[in-house]
Amino acid sequence: MTDGMDRIAIDVGEVLQRTVTSLYSNLVTRPTGRAVRMAIETRLQDAGERSLSLIDLSEVVILDFSCADEVVARLLERSRENPSHEAFFVFRGVLEPHRDQIQTVLERRGLAAVAETHEDTFELLGDRSLAEERAWTVLEQRGLLTVEQVDDVLGDAEERAGLDSLVERRLVFRSPKTGRIHALSQLARHLL
Amino acid sequence: MKVLTVPGSLDGQTVDAFLDQVAVLDESRTFFDARHLRWVDPNGMVGLLVAGTVAAKKQSTLPRFGPPESPDVTGYLSRMGFFEAAKGVFECDPPVRRSAARDSDVLLEITPVSANADVHEVVDRVQSKAGAILTSKLGYPPTAVVQFSVILSEVCQNIIEHAEAPGWVAAQSYNWARRLGRNVVVISVMDVGRGFRGSLGDEHSARYGDRWGDTTALEAAFLHGLTRFPDSGRGQGIQQIRRQVRRWDGAITIRSGTARIGQVPEWDDTPPLVDGLEPFPGAQISIVLPAKAGE
Repeated sequence: MTDGMDRIAIDVGEVLQRTVTSLYSNLVTRPTGRAVRMAIETRLQDAGERSLSLIDLSEVVILDFSCADEVVARLLERSRENPSHEAFFVFRGVLEPHRDQIQTVLERRGLAAVAETHEDTFELLGDRSLAEERAWTVLEQRGLLTVEQVDDVLGDAEERAGLDSLVERRLVFRSPKTGRIHALSQLARHLL
Repeated sequence: MKVLTVPGSLDGQTVDAFLDQVAVLDESRTFFDARHLRWVDPNGMVGLLVAGTVAAKKQSTLPRFGPPESPDVTGYLSRMGFFEAAKGVFECDPPVRRSAARDSDVLLEITPVSANADVHEVVDRVQSKAGAILTSKLGYPPTAVVQFSVILSEVCQNIIEHAEAPGWVAAQSYNWARRLGRNVVVISVMDVGRGFRGSLGDEHSARYGDRWGDTTALEAAFLHGLTRFPDSGRGQGIQQIRRQVRRWDGAITIRSGTARIGQVPEWDDTPPLVDGLEPFPGAQISIVLPAKAGE
């Protein structure tokens, strides 16, 4: 990939059955969530300096708060602690039954994440400012912003600061080569 | 042998008084006389199991259990798995089966909870029946089965993570025609572990000083989401259960030690805080989910 980003697709339902036991069909209890999160982290160890992971929750029927905290919030939090690897995440299959749990655990840890909440519809979930939300929505609609376009489409300094914050929080991707800013949903599109 | 008479009705409204009697039992072996039991719900059934466990520990022998004379009540206890669960808790002659097993109407039979695998089993087991009961009897949307399962998962994990002792869970639906004029689902989760005061004491008792006790420990966990874990992501189980129960206009109460704290809706006249109960080990959680108004 020209952006130097490894693309990784992870089916959490499959990880659950392979990692913990094939008898479990639901993502419940903290030890289960911790085991699944560690299995995902092991997969990411093989990635290069930068990766974009599509974490697919579509096959998970029940997701409790403890598992949401491990598999979503802790995964994001711990990925930020690794200085040698720049990890980006998109969560897929965050349908209505899972949404509340994920929103809650993200807010509790002051995190946000890009999630596909309906087929082909992405949202920014968790803790985010109004400026971040507005900047993210503009970028999500366009898919990509060049350096020149940023001033044109983001009306005020607050929104532009919001975009910078999104870059910092790895909720969008700024190419170090071109300076272009990409919506993660667009970068993950071929993994969907 | 000391005789302890089980009240004729043993449910969420009477179980505290019953447990208070158990809390003050002496070391002589107890006969739990349930012959006149006419009505029992999950709080009563699981309450009997924790009562028997506490008595056995005090008396260094299994207490004896006299089953109800009513075949209807005995049959109901059998269908709820009470006599199976009571093995190892009571010395009891299991009732004779009157007929071949039929499809049970039970939402969740009494299930022991001592390990994470038990929580998985509880969540798996309720899937098939909870959806139908929540939609047909309570008028909840089909997706409510997910939130219901999450409640069960979180409340059972409370036993494993905080009690450090085994416990039980059970759930069943009822028609509270006289009390509420609606159907309800009653969930009961109880253990005989170290309770909220014991679980939180090492981390939080110092800041409360002399005020530290069962009531302040319950308030800390139930109202403020305190937990013994320093991680900010922990301690949300009870908070999220409370939020979902409130959305469904339900009631949740937790007894631990000498106090019971609750989040009660307008239709429930249970006081939100009761203290001065007899010291009883562990935690006893009751959740009532009512049908949507008009159902």
